[in-house]
Amino acid sequence: MIWEVFRQEREGAPFQHGGSLEAPNAAFAQAYAIEFYGRRNESTALWIVPREAIREIREPYVAEVFDRDYRRVDGYSIKVKLREARARAGARAGQDRAAGGA
Amino acid sequence: MSAQARSRTDLLLALADDELALGWRNSEWTGIAPFLEEDVAFSSIAQGEIGHARALYELAAADLGTTADELAFDRPPQDYRCAPLVELRFVPDWARTIARHYLYETADAIRIAALAESDRSAIAALATRIEREEVYHRIHADMWAERLRASGERARFEAALAELWPLALGLLAGEQREQLCEAVSREPVEPVERGEHADEWPVLWEEMTMVRRSVPGASW
Repeated sequence: MIWEVFRQEREGAPFQHGGSLEAPNAAFAQAYAIEFYGRRNESTALWIVPREAIREIREPYVAEVFDRDYRRVDGYSIKVKLREARARAGARAGQDRAAGGA
Repeated sequence: MSAQARSRTDLLLALADDELALGWRNSEWTGIAPFLEEDVAFSSIAQGEIGHARALYELAAADLGTTADELAFDRPPQDYRCAPLVELRFVPDWARTIARHYLYETADAIRIAALAESDRSAIAALATRIEREEVYHRIHADMWAERLRASGERARFEAALAELWPLALGLLAGEQREQLCEAVSREPVEPVERGEHADEWPVLWEEMTMVRRSVPGASW
């Protein structure tokens, strides 16, 4: 049976995936998790979860299908638009130069 | 050295020798344990025992005016005070290994608890520190004992427990033996006392001290 181990590095920090281990039951998983992820005081707490208890969701359900940027608290990201605008501006300047030189 | 100090040092050395020898024996599973996770865990426990041995030797060394390394590696084999239980070589017999692990850790808890009450504060403090790690050794030993008992190999595990029981009793002295009987729910038997060494001991000592003896007096 595979167990996923999440570790918290210090009080208040988010739990992060540490790795996985194989153990026949929860007691063994706990003992091994302590040995693997807690022995050198590298964690303040551990979460030990049977892999099958984790429900995984993947694309296309996770990725946004439509442009919904306006719903984000930080508003539209204009990075891409800005880049496109610069590219257009650059292309136009190039055309102008080409036209002027003729 | 007073008689009281002498008996205190003897006790520290008996414990340290037990931990060193058992740490060594358990480390023989490194790389060949039944599965990887167990390999890492059991090796870590073995290292834990050797770490406890080191701390105990350091306390004894302070009393005896020597060093932990000299106590661990430079004594002739007959001077070690470890109990025969920890000297036996069990690889590749996992049932006996776990039977010893379970009996030893249960007995160790009893004597460490007694040491934590020592009137010498350095000993009491060390016992408390050791206990913090021993908790995990016991969790490991208990879960394996339970698993083997619930498995098809139950008879084999029970036979190993019965075989090692007199040796396990010999780890402890006095009323601590009654506590052990109670802790593992077994009837008292004639103990195999500390003092006599197992046949495997000289070979273990040979191996254990080989590198250090290869360059006498070297500083490593």
